[in-house]
Amino acid sequence: MDILSLFVVVPIITVIVLGFAKDLKQSRIIALVGSLVQFAMSINLIFAYLKERSVNTDIMVFVKDLTWFETFNIHYTIGVDAISVVMIVLTAVIVLAGVFISWAVDDLPKEFFISLIILSTGVFGFFISIDLFTMFVFYEIAVIPMYLLIGIWGSGPREFSAMKLTLMLMGASAVLSVGIFGIYFNSNAGGGPLTFNILDIAQVDIPLAAQKLFYPLTFIGFAVLGALFPFHTWSPSGHASAPTAVSMLHAGVLMKLGGYGVFRVAMYLLPEGAIIWSDFFLILAAIGVVYGAMGAIMQKDLKYINAYASVSHLGLVLFALLMFNKTAWNGAIIQSLSHGLLTAMFFALIGMVYGRTHTRDISKLGGIMKILPFIGAVYVITGLAYLGLPGFSGFVAEMNIFVGAFQHEDTFHRILTIMAVSSIVVTAVYILRMVGKIMMGPLSNEEYKDLPKATWYEKTGLVLLMIPVVIIGVMPFGLGEMLKESIQPFLERLL
Amino acid sequence: MIEGISIYEVLTLSSILFFIGVYGFFTRENLITILMSIELILNAAAINFVLINTYLYPDFLQGAIFTIFIIAMAAAETALAIAIIINLYKLVSSIEVKDTQVMKY
Amino acid sequence: MDFSYTIWIPLIPLALFLILGLGSKKIPASISGWIGSLGLGASFVLSYYTAYQYFLHGKVNGVYEAVVYKTTWLNFTETLHIDMGVLIDPISVMMLVVVSTISFMVHLYSRGYMKGDDGYTRFFAYLGLFSFSMLGLVMATNLFQIYIFWELVGASSYLLIGYYYTKPSAVSAAKKAFIVTRFADFGFLVGILIMGYYTGTFDFQELNNPEGSAIMNWASTSFMGMSVITWALILIFMGGAGKSAMLPFHIWLPDAMEGPTPVSALIHAATMVVAGVYLVARLFPMYYFVDDGFALQVVAYVGAISSLFAAIIALTQYDIKRVLAFSTMSQIGYMMLALGVSKYEGHDGLGYMASMFHLFTHAMFKALLFLGAGSVIHAIHSNDMRDMGGLRKYMPITHITFLIAALSISGFPFTAGFFSKDEILAAAFENNMLIYISSVFVAGLTAFYMFRLYFSIFWGKDTKYEHAPHESPMSMKVPMIFLAFMSIAGGYIHFSEYISADRMPFEAHLNYSLAAIATTVGLIGIALAFVFYKKENNLATRFSNAFGPFYKWAYDKFYFDEIYLFMTKKVIFGMTAAPIAWFDKHVVDASMVGIGNVTEKFSYKIKGAQSGKFQDYAMSFIGGGVVIAIVIFYIWIR
Repeated sequence: MDILSLFVVVPIITVIVLGFAKDLKQSRIIALVGSLVQFAMSINLIFAYLKERSVNTDIMVFVKDLTWFETFNIHYTIGVDAISVVMIVLTAVIVLAGVFISWAVDDLPKEFFISLIILSTGVFGFFISIDLFTMFVFYEIAVIPMYLLIGIWGSGPREFSAMKLTLMLMGASAVLSVGIFGIYFNSNAGGGPLTFNILDIAQVDIPLAAQKLFYPLTFIGFAVLGALFPFHTWSPSGHASAPTAVSMLHAGVLMKLGGYGVFRVAMYLLPEGAIIWSDFFLILAAIGVVYGAMGAIMQKDLKYINAYASVSHLGLVLFALLMFNKTAWNGAIIQSLSHGLLTAMFFALIGMVYGRTHTRDISKLGGIMKILPFIGAVYVITGLAYLGLPGFSGFVAEMNIFVGAFQHEDTFHRILTIMAVSSIVVTAVYILRMVGKIMMGPLSNEEYKDLPKATWYEKTGLVLLMIPVVIIGVMPFGLGEMLKESIQPFLERLL
Repeated sequence: MIEGISIYEVLTLSSILFFIGVYGFFTRENLITILMSIELILNAAAINFVLINTYLYPDFLQGAIFTIFIIAMAAAETALAIAIIINLYKLVSSIEVKDTQVMKY
Repeated sequence: MDFSYTIWIPLIPLALFLILGLGSKKIPASISGWIGSLGLGASFVLSYYTAYQYFLHGKVNGVYEAVVYKTTWLNFTETLHIDMGVLIDPISVMMLVVVSTISFMVHLYSRGYMKGDDGYTRFFAYLGLFSFSMLGLVMATNLFQIYIFWELVGASSYLLIGYYYTKPSAVSAAKKAFIVTRFADFGFLVGILIMGYYTGTFDFQELNNPEGSAIMNWASTSFMGMSVITWALILIFMGGAGKSAMLPFHIWLPDAMEGPTPVSALIHAATMVVAGVYLVARLFPMYYFVDDGFALQVVAYVGAISSLFAAIIALTQYDIKRVLAFSTMSQIGYMMLALGVSKYEGHDGLGYMASMFHLFTHAMFKALLFLGAGSVIHAIHSNDMRDMGGLRKYMPITHITFLIAALSISGFPFTAGFFSKDEILAAAFENNMLIYISSVFVAGLTAFYMFRLYFSIFWGKDTKYEHAPHESPMSMKVPMIFLAFMSIAGGYIHFSEYISADRMPFEAHLNYSLAAIATTVGLIGIALAFVFYKKENNLATRFSNAFGPFYKWAYDKFYFDEIYLFMTKKVIFGMTAAPIAWFDKHVVDASMVGIGNVTEKFSYKIKGAQSGKFQDYAMSFIGGGVVIAIVIFYIWIR
C-alpha cells in the first residue's frame, strides 16, 4: 500500500470501525485515533516528500496508477507535489483539532463522526488525485456529507441552510462537470487518446475556442466553493447553522478545494483561456475582498462575521492566483494554509462561546474575557493574527500576495491591488469591533459569571492550530522555497 | 354489399360511434358509463372489421370471425371491469370517478 | 568593531514577554515587576555600552560608518526579499539609548504605580512586548523589517491602551488608535510596495546611498506629474504621520490617555510616537535628494501645522494628560519640521541634528512630565486640573521634578530643552522664515500652557482634599529624579559631534540672538501663566471669553473627532457597509433563494399533470400517440 493511498484507506477503515461503536465515548476515541494516525501520516509525508524531492524532479512524486474504467480511460491516478502536501497537512491538522473540539457531541455521535471522517476522505482523495474524474468523485464525496452534518447537528434554520449550501455547491459541481467533460473531450487534440489525466492533458494544446468556453465554467465551478463573489451566499448561512467542527472543517479545508482546483485544473489545463478571462475574474475577486470585509462590519452574529471575513480572505487567494506570478501564487497557497488554520480557530472559539452562553449575538455578549481568560486571550491573539500582524502566518501570506500583485505595471492591476491592500484597514475594523464588543468591556449578563472554563480538549484543539500559525509566521523561509519549486511548472504553462 | 349504401357512409357511422365512445370515456363521471363508452369504442371497431370484410374483401370470412373475437373479449373485459368496480365500491362506497383520485400530487 | 551583542538588546524584552505572558498565572506579582525591571535594566546597560563603544570609538576615517548584521528572512522575487537584522548607526544607537532609558524608568515606576492591580504581571509582559518591538524597529535594516516592527508596536500599543479592558472608553480608545494607525499603515505599505518595485530593493543602505541607483534614478518613472519615488516617500510619510499623531491622523493620541499613565509616558510621549520622526530620519537621504526634496517640504509643513494646531488646543484643555498629549503632538511637530527644513552636508544638516537632539531631550522631559502627572493622579484620583491646587505642599519631589521638566520644555536657559529647541529654531531661521515665525509663536504658547498646567496643579487655589495626598513611593521617585537630571544634563551633550545627516560630525554653535528671542518669548509665556494661574482668579476666564467662538473651537479640538466619527459611522458604516450587507442579504442571496422559489412555483404550476384521474392519463397517452403518428406520417410522406 503506497504512502498516498493510505490517506484514503485509513479514513475508510476508521469509518468502518466507527460503525461498531456504541456510544459517544467509543466513537470519539475511535475518531481520535483515526485522525491522529492521519496527522502522523501527514507529518511523515512532509519528510518523505522532501527526501523524495531531492532525488526526483518530476512534477508529481509518489505517483501510482490503477485503471478504473477502461472504456473512458478513467484511472485512479494519484500523486503529490509540494502544494498538495501542504494542503494535506492542513486537512489533517484541522480534522484532528475538529475531533478534539467535538469531544462533547452527544446527539448521535457515531453518525456524526462517520460523516466527518467521510468528508475528510473526500478531501484527502481530492488532494492526491491527478485524474480529473477521480478528483471530481472525491470532490462530491467531500460536499455531500455537509448536508447531513448541517441538517442534523446544526443550529438555527439548519435544514434551510443545509439545503441552500448543498444545492448551490451542487449547482457549482454541475457547471464544473461540464467544464471537466469539455476538457476531456478536447484532450485528444494532440492526436492521442481521450484522457482525464492532468499531467497528460497539460502536454496537449487544447484549442482556443474550447478554452474560452470551458475555462469560465471550470473556474466558476471551483471558485464558488472558494467563495467567489457573487456566488458566496451559501457561506454565511451555511457556517452559521453548522456545528463547530463542521464549520472549522468547511471553512478551513473545503473552501480551499476551490483555490486548489482553480490552480491545478482551470489554470494549468486551460492557460490561454485563463489569460483571456483573467481581467473579468480579477474584478470579481477584488470586489469580493472589499465586499466581504465591508459586509462583515455590520453583522451581528459572530459566525456571520467570520463567514464574511472568510469571503474576503479567500477572495484574496483567488485574486492572487489571477495575478499569474510566482510570488503571488506562493502567497495564495500560504494564505490558503494560514486562513484555514485561523478561521478554524475562530470557529472553534465561537463554538466555545456559543456552547456556554447560547447566543452568538454580539450585542448580547460582553466582558467575557474576565470570565474565560484562556478563551479570551486566544481570541484576541487570533484576531490580531487574522488581521495580518507580523509574527503570524497571515502577514507572510498577505505580503507575498501584495508584493506579487504589485509586480504588474499597468494601472488596472495596480488599482485592484490597492483595493485589495485597503482591505487590511477594514479587516482591522471588524476584527477589533468584534473582539472589543464580546471580550472586553463590562460583563453584559450577570449569569455569565458562572460559565465553565476551557476544558482540556478545547485547549488542545486551539493550541494545535495555533502552533503552525506561529511557526510559519516566524520562520517562513522553508515553506516558501518548498512551494516555489512546485509552482514553477504551472507558471511555465502560462507564460 | 348492401345496395345503395357506399362504404364511406358506414365508415362515417362507425367513426361517429368511435368518437362518441372516446368522448364518453374522457368525460363521464360514472364508472359504469365509462364502461358503456368502452363498449361503444369496441363495437365501432367491430363494425369497421365487418364493413371492410363485406365491402372490400367479400370472398373472405376473417373480418366477421375477428368480430366474434372482439365481442367475446369485450364480454370478458366487462366482467373483469365490473369485478374491479365492485371491489372499488367496497373501498370508497361510490362509483364516481372523482372519488378515485387518490394518487395525485 | 563587533556589535553583534546588540541583538540581545531587543531579545531580552522579548524573552520577558514570553515568560511573563505564558506564565502570568504562575508568576506572583511581586517577582514579575522585578523580572521586568531587571531585564530592561540589562538592555539599558547594553545600550549605553553600545553608545559608548560606537560614539567614542566607532569612527572610521571621521565618518560614523553603519554596521549591519542581517539574514534573509522571506524571499519574494529574485531581487526583493525581507531581511531580519541589526543596523548600528548614529541615530539607531541614539534611539537605543532613548528607548531603553525610558522603558527602564517606566518599568521601575510601574512597580510602584501598578501595585495591587489585578493584571500586574500581564502589564509587565506587555511592556516587554512593546520594548522588544520598539527596539527592533530602531535597529531595522530595511523598509519591510521596520514595517514589521511598526505593526508589532501598534499591536503592543493596542494591548496597553486597552489594558483596563473592562472600561468601554479604554476599549474604544485602543480600537481607535489601532485603526487610525492602520489606515496610515495602509499608505505606508503602498509606499513600500511602490518603493520596492521601482528601486528593486528594500534595504536602507542601498536606498540611502546618494550615489546608488535608487537615488540617482528617481526621475525614471513618473505618475501624474510626480516621480513615483516621491509618491512612495509621501505615502511612507503618511505612515509616519499616523504613528506620530501628525495632522490629520492625530485623533487617536488624546484618547490613548485612557491607558495607565506609565504607558502614556513610555509609548505616547517618548518612544512610539517618535517612530514617524525616526522613519523620516532613517530615509533622510532619499527625502532630501529625490525631486529636490519635495517630499521633505511636505514633512516640514505638516510638522509646522501640527505643532501650531496642537499648541492652540493644549491651551484650553483641563485634563492634565490631554494637555500633555497635545503638547507631545506639538513637540513632535517641531521634530518633523526640523527634519523638513534640513539640508544634507555638514552644518547645513543642522535641522536633522536638531530634530534628533530634540527627540532625545523631549523623551526625557516628556516622560518625566507624564510620570509626574501619574504621581498626581495616583494621589488625587482625578485627571482634571480644576480639582487640583496647592499640591506643592504635599508632593515636594514630584513638584520639583515637574518644574524642571516644565522649564525644559519651555526652553528656559540652561535646561536641555533650551539647547535642543534653539537648534531647531536656528535651523528653521536659516531655511524657512514662515516656519520660523510659526515655531517661535508655538514656543511661546508652549511655555504658557505648560506653566498653566504647572501653576494649576501645584499653586493656584488651596484645594481641600478628602484624604491628604501623599508623595509617591521610592520606586516612583527614583525614575523621576533620574529623568529630571537628564532633562538638564542632556542638553550639554554635543549632539552635532555624533548625529548628523551625512554621518560626519560638525560644529554647531548656539546662535545667541535667536536664543535670546526664543527665551524672551518663553519667559513672556511663563509670566502670563504666572499672572493667570498662580493665584486663584478669574483673569483666565475673562481672557478666554475675549476670544469668543475661537475658544470653543479650540476646546472642542477643532471638531476633528466629530468629522472622523461622521466619516466612519455615517459614511463608511452607514452608506457603504450597511448597504453592502443589505444588498448581500436581499439581492444576492435573494436571487439564489429566488432560483429555488421559482423552481418551486413552476413545479406547483405543473403538478396538475398528476391529477389522479386516469382519464387524464389516457388522454395524454392518446394525445401523445396522435402526435407521434402525425410526425411519422409526415416523415413517411417526405
